[in-house]
Amino acid sequence: MTTPSHPRSHAAPDSRAPGFASLDFEVLVVGSGPAGIATAVRASENGARVCLVDDNPAAGGQIWRDSGRDSGKAHAAHGGGEAMWRKRLAAAKIDQLHGWSVFDQAAPGTVRAQSHRGEIADLRYEKLIVATGARERFLPFPGWTLPNVMGAGALQAMVKSGLPIHGKRVVLAGSGPLLLAVAASLRAAGAVVVRVCEQASLSQLAPFALSLAAAPGKILEGLRYKAATWNVPFHASSWPLRASGDEVLRSVELSINGKTVSVECDYLACGFHLVPNIELAAMLGCRVENGAVSVDEWQRTSQPEIYCAGEPTGIGGLEISLLEGQIAGLAAVGKAGLARELFSARTKMSRFAARLGAAFALRPELRALPQYDTLLCRCEDVPYGAVRRHQSWRSAKLHTRCGMGPCQGRICGAATDFLLGWSADSTRPPILPVPIASLAASQPRREPDFANATTTGNHL
Amino acid sequence: MPEPIQVFVNGSPLAVEPGCSVAVAIAIAGRSCRTSVGGQARGPLCAMGICFECRATVNGSAHARTCQIRCEPAMEIETT
Repeated sequence: MTTPSHPRSHAAPDSRAPGFASLDFEVLVVGSGPAGIATAVRASENGARVCLVDDNPAAGGQIWRDSGRDSGKAHAAHGGGEAMWRKRLAAAKIDQLHGWSVFDQAAPGTVRAQSHRGEIADLRYEKLIVATGARERFLPFPGWTLPNVMGAGALQAMVKSGLPIHGKRVVLAGSGPLLLAVAASLRAAGAVVVRVCEQASLSQLAPFALSLAAAPGKILEGLRYKAATWNVPFHASSWPLRASGDEVLRSVELSINGKTVSVECDYLACGFHLVPNIELAAMLGCRVENGAVSVDEWQRTSQPEIYCAGEPTGIGGLEISLLEGQIAGLAAVGKAGLARELFSARTKMSRFAARLGAAFALRPELRALPQYDTLLCRCEDVPYGAVRRHQSWRSAKLHTRCGMGPCQGRICGAATDFLLGWSADSTRPPILPVPIASLAASQPRREPDFANATTTGNHL
Repeated sequence: MPEPIQVFVNGSPLAVEPGCSVAVAIAIAGRSCRTSVGGQARGPLCAMGICFECRATVNGSAHARTCQIRCEPAMEIETT
């Protein structure tokens, strides 16, 4: 680090706001998925005082979601060296804040976070690493707002969080490698996977499948999915047309290779690949291009003290996220030589990422899925027809309240980007809805409960 | 097996496994999470804290994202 280490202090009271938790770190990492864990571990192992903050209840992000019920054995079974990274995370002296959402910039070099219990903390940093991951892209179609229609990753997350799935009939639809991964894990949990519908055509997917051979770490992963999904009816060029049910999902109409097929099911797990979570980086003034955060070779954004690693820089999957995280963590603590050692591996994985994007590019027919009265904005219940009449995202927001609800357009924005070619407005704080009192930050707060990784890695 | 923990969903007791999310407890109780501004029942969409469809009142805190919160003993969960 360029500045000497401060004495380790968890909660220095902020003189400007008595009772307000204010904490200082050399390296602050937002997001504790693989990229964030790799960043935090490499920075901490090189002597920095590191905090890892995440709004999920435990470290791991989505792909390594820790249910709080998994054993260490289960961790070892997951990909990408999860067990090794968890071990290093547990051994490092890293302050972990789980169940905390960063929602605002309190001052230059300081972000403000809130726990789900309403506590507030200002987190000061010398270097900030944004590792906020990705979300599923959702496209509207009739019935997509019914309960039990959710994302593919979402259903997997629910199952890892205790949802009984044994014997339940699941239709998987949408796009991306996540579909088969989720199909495999749901089958392993006893679900009946009725159909897997991938919108991409076989000819679109073929080069990607072949390219698996060029990415060594991916071969085993690909085969594992393939084997586990051997008996699953997988359809390319297929997508959902309509979900039906009264209060809850009963059946799904699918377009399978041009034929309409209706199937009964308990869950429709449907996500159209992933979109980067760029909101925090954008709020902090980092340059965003084509929906991804721009970074240099050190993973540094256009803001010199802010780095970005993993999916927010572009969808690329687990391996490149781990590499980018390590490079960011090392660069942030001045270990340029160690960071540079990972450059060639990152270059190799970025070629894989490019093929991934091409293989799962969305087909234009999907733009015809929403009907006039299909809700586009689920927060404000705004139908697609009312939004489509407008010329821009801004005009639609002003006149229909589309994108003005609590998700702040995170769901419908990704949809309108594809459906209508509109790009979202600039991101302004707060990036999550918070009580007015949190913005004023005048009430006495209690200190955050620090979950130090030296115990178990499972907190709050 | 770990001891189940008891929570209350709209006043009715429900035993769930430790580690169970509040969103899952609501689903096990056979409820949807919230009613939309247009009167529709809604449940979780993203299950990762982005979509706000799983909002419910948890221990008196309204609009909690239930997919991001784990059940705790005697937790009171109210759906709308």
